[in-house]
Amino acid sequence: MRELLQVQGLTKTFRLSAKQQKLEKTREKVRTAVDHLSFTAYEGEIFGLLGPNGAGKTTTLRLLATLIRPDSGDAMVDGASVVREPDEVRGRIGFLTSELKLEDCFTPNYLFNFFAGLHKVDPAVRDRRRQELFARFGIDKFAEVKVANLSTGMKQKVSLVVSIVHNPDIIIFDEPTNGLDVLTAKVVTDFLQQLREEGKTIIVSTHIFSLIEKLCDRVGIIISGKMIVCDTLDRVCGGMNLEDRFFDIYRETVGEAE
Amino acid sequence: MRNGVLTIMKKELDRFFGDRRMVFSILMPGILIYVMYCFMGVAMGDAFGVDEDYTPTVRAAGLPASMEPLLQQTGFAVTAGEDEAAAREAVAAQTLDLLLVFPEDFDRITADYEVSSGLPAPNVEIYYNSAATSSAMAYQAVTGLLDAYEAQMVNKFDVNAGGGAYDLATVEDTAGSIFSMMMPLLLMMFLYSGCAAVAPESIAGEKERGTIATMLITPIRRSHIALGKILALAVIAMISAASSTVGTILSLPKMMGGLTDTVNAAIYGAREYLLLAAVILSTVLVMVTIISLLSAFAKTIKEAQTYAVPFMLLVMLLGISGMFGSSGEQGLWAYCIPLYNSVQCMTGIFSFSVLPAGVAVSLGANAAVTLAGVLVLARMFNSERIIFAK
Repeated sequence: MRELLQVQGLTKTFRLSAKQQKLEKTREKVRTAVDHLSFTAYEGEIFGLLGPNGAGKTTTLRLLATLIRPDSGDAMVDGASVVREPDEVRGRIGFLTSELKLEDCFTPNYLFNFFAGLHKVDPAVRDRRRQELFARFGIDKFAEVKVANLSTGMKQKVSLVVSIVHNPDIIIFDEPTNGLDVLTAKVVTDFLQQLREEGKTIIVSTHIFSLIEKLCDRVGIIISGKMIVCDTLDRVCGGMNLEDRFFDIYRETVGEAE
Repeated sequence: MRNGVLTIMKKELDRFFGDRRMVFSILMPGILIYVMYCFMGVAMGDAFGVDEDYTPTVRAAGLPASMEPLLQQTGFAVTAGEDEAAAREAVAAQTLDLLLVFPEDFDRITADYEVSSGLPAPNVEIYYNSAATSSAMAYQAVTGLLDAYEAQMVNKFDVNAGGGAYDLATVEDTAGSIFSMMMPLLLMMFLYSGCAAVAPESIAGEKERGTIATMLITPIRRSHIALGKILALAVIAMISAASSTVGTILSLPKMMGGLTDTVNAAIYGAREYLLLAAVILSTVLVMVTIISLLSAFAKTIKEAQTYAVPFMLLVMLLGISGMFGSSGEQGLWAYCIPLYNSVQCMTGIFSFSVLPAGVAVSLGANAAVTLAGVLVLARMFNSERIIFAK
């Protein structure tokens, strides 16, 4: 299988402000969010990043999406370096996180065309893709309704659709089902599986064990910015369920979980 | 490059023009300025003018025969009367406009009076009420007449007696001096208002709403996002400024008391308007760039507006500087200072004394500042500390 994503020794530190130090009652001035992280994702697989809050999952995904630059290390996204060719990388990935919002004053139709323009998608291809994706997610009935007037679930669907307007081969989702009702969550997870069948590589970060078990082919467990385990789901679990296995690993790494 | 910048520009303009309230908010100032300035002109005219049909009333005590025809010239209602105390009370009560008190035997004593004698000259007392416009106006008219009469009595030479056109100022000079004094300050304030109304919303607002990060994960370059936003904001700010400027130019003659012939913007030709448009465009670009940079630092729209306050004071100060300086007195180096150069150029254009080299230097300096600002803004969009600041 082709390696579509190769992460090599990715490291990111953040300087803590005096306010943050006071708030977190710490004297450390620099915090390592991602610590020499390495892993590989292959074509046509769903790779899950699992870890507790603050483990460095979101920072890792932001690094891969080139929203922030690593202090050291690199990641090759379909042959393009996140350090040297960030514009190339952004053209090859689809990135969705709940932190990314859509402008309330526009309609799904307008936003789809706008993001297609930024990705330089041919208008004929764009129209075909919009028809297909809007029908898939039931957005077609709301295509001319302003985002401000859509339900939370529909907004999330529109966000998802505009993030893959350019039909990328690598799709990165940060907490893909966060804040979604069960019906929308099901639509999203089904869609991720369909994308895998189409040969796309999907990276999802989550702290929901059931989502990893349901979707992922391989899983990487991140704790305190370090990749502790990275393998197929079966090998990571070793016959146990994922939740029990995760807490075993957590205890071995950090100590007794609270 | 062009496509990315245009896509961002189009989105910014669509966002703005798709919101009727925002469009209304930038066009409204022009209409309000027109209505307000016209109202101020009418109100001031009413407060400081006198009804054309009104005839001021004058009481004259000890009125000499020589003065009667002279006072008739005024067209005032002049009556003779000796009760000075009652007449003074009437002036104080604003029921009478003037009280003239001539010394007894006025004609003879003025004829006999020798300036070289060193004695005090015969004195005519004129009582008036400065709080009443009609009284103050009548006082000025009668004082002028008596001064002229006194000058005739000892006439040694005349000044401008030929009835020719001695004021050599042209209509351009008169209008130019008024426009060049007022318009640079007003224009700078209008331009600032236009920029400040839209830039914080577009940059800090997008950060606050989390929509800017959505754009940053597309392949478009940060510098194109920055340039697209700045150009779109400049267009919107220009429309806002144009609305206010048209409102001001149309209402200025009315505000100046109906001087529609003298204070008329039609005295400026295509050259002046083209130069003005170029200066305004470059000024708007500098202002939008500076406010955009301040907005990128801010986490919220409110914070951005707070950061912009010192900049507003600076713009006002620069605008006021145009009221006291002449563009001709400055060396070309002064045109390298952004915004100050705009005021100098505007003053020069409105007073027909613009230095073409100064305008060229200003446009170059402002373009350089805008370009530098775009690059800094692009770097700021790359900074996680700025984009993801909490």
